[in-house]
Amino acid sequence: MAGFFSRLRDGLSRSTQKFGAVFTHRRLDDSALEDLEDELIAADLGPAVASRVIEEFRATRFGRDVTAAEIRETLATEIARVLAPVAVPFEPDPKHHPHVVLVVGVNGSGKTTTIGKIARQFGEAGKSVMMVAGDTFRAAAVEQLQVWGQRTGAPVIAGKPGSDAAGLAYEGVKQATEARADLLLIDTAGRLHNKGALMEELAKIIRVMRKFDESAPHSVLLVLDATVGQNAVEQVRVFRELINVTGLVVTKLDGSARGGIVVALADAYKLPVHYVGVGEQAGDLRPFSAQDFARGLVGGEGDLTVRLVDDEAATDGTAG
Amino acid sequence: MFEQLSGKLSGVFEGLSKRGALSEADVTEAMREVRLAMLDADVALPVVREFVSQVRERAVGHEVLDSISPGQAVAKIVNDALIAALGGAGAVPLNLEAVPPVPVLMVGLQGSGKTTTSGKIALRLATRERKRVLLASLDTQRPAAQLQLAQLADQAGLRAQGLVVSLPIVAGQGPVEIARRALDVGRREGYDVVILDTAGRLSIDEALMAEVAEVRKVAQPAETLLVVDAMTGQDAVNTAKAFNEAVGITGVVMSRMDGDARGGAALSMRAITGAPIKLTGSGEKLDALEEFHPERVAGRILGLGDIAGLVERASDTLDQEESERVARKMMAGKFDLDDYASQIRQIGKMGSISSILNMLPGMGKLTQALGGKELDTSILTRHQAIISSMTSKERKTPDIIKASRKKRIAAGSGTTVQDVNKLLKQFDDMSTMMKRINKMGLKGLMRGGGMQGLMQQMQRGPGGPGGGQPPFG
Repeated sequence: MAGFFSRLRDGLSRSTQKFGAVFTHRRLDDSALEDLEDELIAADLGPAVASRVIEEFRATRFGRDVTAAEIRETLATEIARVLAPVAVPFEPDPKHHPHVVLVVGVNGSGKTTTIGKIARQFGEAGKSVMMVAGDTFRAAAVEQLQVWGQRTGAPVIAGKPGSDAAGLAYEGVKQATEARADLLLIDTAGRLHNKGALMEELAKIIRVMRKFDESAPHSVLLVLDATVGQNAVEQVRVFRELINVTGLVVTKLDGSARGGIVVALADAYKLPVHYVGVGEQAGDLRPFSAQDFARGLVGGEGDLTVRLVDDEAATDGTAG
Repeated sequence: MFEQLSGKLSGVFEGLSKRGALSEADVTEAMREVRLAMLDADVALPVVREFVSQVRERAVGHEVLDSISPGQAVAKIVNDALIAALGGAGAVPLNLEAVPPVPVLMVGLQGSGKTTTSGKIALRLATRERKRVLLASLDTQRPAAQLQLAQLADQAGLRAQGLVVSLPIVAGQGPVEIARRALDVGRREGYDVVILDTAGRLSIDEALMAEVAEVRKVAQPAETLLVVDAMTGQDAVNTAKAFNEAVGITGVVMSRMDGDARGGAALSMRAITGAPIKLTGSGEKLDALEEFHPERVAGRILGLGDIAGLVERASDTLDQEESERVARKMMAGKFDLDDYASQIRQIGKMGSISSILNMLPGMGKLTQALGGKELDTSILTRHQAIISSMTSKERKTPDIIKASRKKRIAAGSGTTVQDVNKLLKQFDDMSTMMKRINKMGLKGLMRGGGMQGLMQQMQRGPGGPGGGQPPFG
């Protein structure tokens, strides 16, 4: 776990050191607050959360000299407070055989890879997992999931390219029910949330699988790329409105993306965040921890002061 | 959220329009809003700072022309600066000036759309320029990635008389080996272009970045294209920098422009890499690849709509003298049905109502809500007919129109008494609205709901539910 934590922090703090760099030691006046607000927005935290943090600073610390450590502390506390309610691990309901999970998201967010990783984790935990290659649109998407099937030993239900995803999902629920599987993961084609017809197709997939099992799907996971900016707020809003998303998976947090969008989303929708992806390996898909994430986002102790000084120079160089 | 911000922006520009010349404080306030709008559109922070300081310099002391309000002047400065920052008006084509086979290298993060874009570029070159294109996938990381490109090549080949072909997959080969083999096959078999699609990689992954740099050294591509998701947030700047440093970007392709993200990443790309955006992807189909038009993205980033276009269109089509005459009458509170008929004619000349609404800031959403249906403007034609059936006295003083006059007018115009009632009611609303525009400008109109009222009526259409008053009097 320690390895995971440091990885997450490394990934997140790479660019968020700037929080402190704005003012390692400085009087907290209007212009300082403005700079901090900029930095918060630039970390993809979203305008609402950013402005609330700024107001808190204004109320309690205005005119005082503040240190980077103080800023970090307050930020981490505030962010952890926003995130705590959404840090809910993904737990399939053992009453269901199978617990049906529909995995949705825009193109390239990492749905198929996420499904492969979840399948491996539950497979290793001794659960019987099946997968449905529901992306019948994109070239070689079926083959991509089949490779994961070979890696994990989980059977993959697949149709012909271009075949009806809803029919395939129905078939998947049927086969998995007959096999008394514990978990059924249904992949879907990536779709932009503003494409009405494609979103309607998702609703249809759900309608059709309910003809076999009225309670399905038991979870609808929306996979989000951490590099996505403010548009994620709109993505979640639309997906949630149309197909009742039950939880989020945030991928690619091991890059240089700050992932602050997670805070904005938690603030706006309070949807559970079940997993974060911090690397290529199956084990790098991890449960979401509010405190770890908050600390990672604002930077930890240790050598940070050194990095702050370095980073300050770097920021001055590029900000002009 | 975006509507709110762009509404706020046009509010700022509107507020400025009440002044004769722009003071520094006015501009500073306006620039704060512009900065927020840009950050909200995911333009990278350093780029925003640079941009805002440049615009401020140009806007302070800017003399205001008589014909344009200061608010629009600032909007124009911002818009012009955005277009300039995006690389100036006009598209930049792919550079294929090299000895064939011309290598094109595709790089980017995982899931940014490299493979799909590779297929699209191949199809485009084959169909438009009759180039023979060889597609080679160097992605040995993601399961079935090579197969994906091969399938795309088959699809493109079918549509382009076999001009697009993919390199046969040889298991176990590394990216550099595949690149060498692709160029070799390209030379021997006489291809014009060889597109090398690489695996997605994080900009912080040093080993993979070194690998792509090695591929670049071997291939010596004429174009190294960075594929960037239009939805990318602030991270765009890190990505662009890292790839530019590792492989030297010659052009950018923005993918997923068909989403509703405002695409601030486009602005960051150009500013950070200096490389032009050459193409945009706007759909999953292989032909959904377009040239990049800075002016369109500029409007999108600020959510400003096409004010300049609207002003142009208005000045092209509106009869200036007639408008002024009507305006004077409105000011005097003497707006009558003749003037209304004249307004209808002018609106008709400007084009469809929804196309006008689309050009107004913040109104795009409203027309989207109509689901792309054209508004029913037959009501305006009907109104013209009804007014034509009135006597001159009735047009000047609509108050005298009672039951028997209504019957005559309805018969004369081929309408019903209810239609006449509706017109009179709307005329009443209209003149109130016109007074409000006059008093408070366009913002007052929107706040007052006058435009929405008219829109609702057009959506319902004549005779729809709740369309009019009962025919009393």
